[in-house]
Amino acid sequence: MTAGQDLEPLEDEALRERLERVWAHPTGWRGVLTAVDHKVIARRYIATAFVFFFLAGVLALLMRAQLARPESHLIGPDRYNQLFSMHGTTMMFLFAVPVMEAIAVYLVPLMCGARNICFPRLNAYGYWVYLFGGIMIWIAFAMNVGPETGWFSYVPLAGPEFSPGKRTDFWAQMVTFTEVAALAVAVQLVAQILKQRAPGMTLSRMPLFLWSMLVTAFMVIFAMPAVMVATTFLITDRLVGTQFYNPAEGGDPLLWQHLFWFFGHPEVYIIFIPALGMVSQIVAAFSRRTILAYPAMVLALLANGFLAFGLWVHHMFATGLPRLGDSFYTSASMMIAIPSGLQIFAWIATIWDGKPRFKTPLLFVIGFIVIFVLGGLTGVMLASVPLDLQVHDTYFVVAHFHYVLIGGAVFPLFGAIYYWFPKITGRLLDERAGVWNFWTFFVGFNVAFFPMHILGLLGMPRRVYTYKAGLGWEVWNLISSLGAVLIAVSMLIFIINVLVSLRRGKVAGDNPWEASSLEWATSSPPPIYNFLRIPVVTGREPLWEGDKLPVMSGLGETERESLCVSIVEAEPDIRQKSAPPTVWPLLAAIATTVLFIGSIFHEWAVVWGAIPVAITLCGWFWPGRPTRKALKERSA
Amino acid sequence: MIRQRIVGDLSHLPDHAFGPRSLMWWGILGFMLIEGAGFLLAGGAYFFLVGHVQPWPPGQTPPTLTWGIVFTVVILLSEIPNAWTNNQARHYRDWPTRIGLILMSLAGAILLAIRFLEFQALNTRWDADPYGSIIWALMILHTVHVVTDLGDTLYITIVSFIWPFDGGEYSGVVDNCVYWRFVILTWLPIGALVYLGPRLL
Repeated sequence: MTAGQDLEPLEDEALRERLERVWAHPTGWRGVLTAVDHKVIARRYIATAFVFFFLAGVLALLMRAQLARPESHLIGPDRYNQLFSMHGTTMMFLFAVPVMEAIAVYLVPLMCGARNICFPRLNAYGYWVYLFGGIMIWIAFAMNVGPETGWFSYVPLAGPEFSPGKRTDFWAQMVTFTEVAALAVAVQLVAQILKQRAPGMTLSRMPLFLWSMLVTAFMVIFAMPAVMVATTFLITDRLVGTQFYNPAEGGDPLLWQHLFWFFGHPEVYIIFIPALGMVSQIVAAFSRRTILAYPAMVLALLANGFLAFGLWVHHMFATGLPRLGDSFYTSASMMIAIPSGLQIFAWIATIWDGKPRFKTPLLFVIGFIVIFVLGGLTGVMLASVPLDLQVHDTYFVVAHFHYVLIGGAVFPLFGAIYYWFPKITGRLLDERAGVWNFWTFFVGFNVAFFPMHILGLLGMPRRVYTYKAGLGWEVWNLISSLGAVLIAVSMLIFIINVLVSLRRGKVAGDNPWEASSLEWATSSPPPIYNFLRIPVVTGREPLWEGDKLPVMSGLGETERESLCVSIVEAEPDIRQKSAPPTVWPLLAAIATTVLFIGSIFHEWAVVWGAIPVAITLCGWFWPGRPTRKALKERSA
Repeated sequence: MIRQRIVGDLSHLPDHAFGPRSLMWWGILGFMLIEGAGFLLAGGAYFFLVGHVQPWPPGQTPPTLTWGIVFTVVILLSEIPNAWTNNQARHYRDWPTRIGLILMSLAGAILLAIRFLEFQALNTRWDADPYGSIIWALMILHTVHVVTDLGDTLYITIVSFIWPFDGGEYSGVVDNCVYWRFVILTWLPIGALVYLGPRLL
């Protein structure tokens, strides 16, 4: 086949058969346990993350039921402590970060025009570790050993003196599980986006979702080690008597706060920046126009990534910082509003200048803009030290971060689900149910969370399991709880819509939204090898460039291969082998789980548990080809 | 299905490359960044605790220098066989690469033995006070990296005797050498914190 040649259908059929043979994977249970295809792993990742989302949502409903009226005895203080700790922990560690990475695991290789993710076995391992960590903490919770000290587990409350037993140890190790999983995905995303893009997809032509995931992946790499160091110190303080956080011996609880928030603040942006990428893709597709000010948008993403690391101390204003520290972190916290604001103006201008179609994904984007701007404004308020000191640890802060996180990440996520569901499943979600889903969520959210601003200003502290009557908090709490019920109704609509559409949804076709990025250049759902031939990119909107997609042949047609390119110009460079399915990542994840859980009970489990981990890693990397001896015998 | 037009063929491309052209190099770089961030934060925790615990060390003898110096000299010298192995692998030399891997496995094993002696001469316990805790934490962090690279090198060495090397594996040897360089370089600041910090701060 020569360059410049148009293709006949018969040639496509022959190639399709070859690719199906090369990229075939086991079926049945073996297929489930050995899968390394990024789409299969990502589907599991997304489904698991949503299960955790709904579970944490049920916990939120229980809390709202408890707080709906004063002096309620529905839930006792100890159980309430576990409820809010599990709610926050699950939402942050088991839902928000994993679901964003999961969507990236599905989409990034497709947007890059690749045949699979760059380290398929590491990808499978990351998922299993995440799953086992999540199951562990929920089983612990069911057995009354759930975390009890909040999602940021401040010492000395979380130290051995005030949190005896194993509750906080399970929490600390759950963090380790999820961080290992998140870091595994982050390394893959960096390597994938820098090295395995489609030929011609120079850095300046990368879709904004890829840029957002590249920034996010680097942020994960630099932020997550902080929480791993923090929780390792915590668990050793609790298990083997180290003194990092023990003030009686010269340790300092503030060390925990510094380490935790050095992770914890970037964490917010690790959740939020992927959402920015999703919004950019949705806005472009539904405005039928390329995103306005692309270079400024890229720079704004990078600025968000950098500035996010300079804000952590604004969580600690109430600890009594030097005045200079206050001023620095106040200005840094206010400064991050600039790149965020720039992006919002660019999206509004893109919609304004385009031909917008107000389908469900775009509705969620508009909901995002409204709610996130409100959350951003209270963020600017909280960046001011005097105001922060007044409302510190009150419901005002709870309102603020739910506006930022639900508005900034969950609304775009729902938009993304409506947008990419047809690509993942081959069927469209129902539009009318989608509109109901949006409006019930939007109204329910504001009814649930706006009153919390007022409650905070009235002085209601967060994390109280009940309150006295006559403080003026009753009405606002009741309204807030009613809003939570409306959110639950909205989620029910979403679940029913997904379940019904999976079976009876309108068949989507390859590109139902007539969008421009490469994932829409293949069938819905994509075949296991993703693309028949490797797409070539000649502009920022490859599918809007012309009626024929330029492609390159000769890759992954006789053995599992993916393409490596040069980093900046994306020139084809290497045919990289791609790992076939295997059970070893699962076995390695089981060994890792034994090590992590064992270390909750005995410190030497770290040493003995490392042996099965090493054995499974050897199995993972064992070369599956003829040995020297076999080759010698064959040649003889 | 969108119509396609072939504009090139990829079948002629090489199946491996060395250094930043290799995919695995980027994977290893990612893990080095993660671990480097971990080292930096542990170093930050060290200085945070120095500010709270005075004198530093609090009424204890600093770690004995002897084994620390021996470890530092040996790990710096290990860069010689490391660089040599790297070079052999880049030139696809079968036996020299395998010899280099054996040398590097030996270097790792010797360093672990010295590290064992270093732990005996730290002159503090992890549970004595924050000073002891952070000194042990830094030492264990670095030791984990020595163990990891030794395990990796041993594995590649064994594999090299059973299976013939292909280009990808030569590239893997080069990446392993890069990782060892990271283990060497990170020791310099960590060694300074463990051995010089208690004497100078």
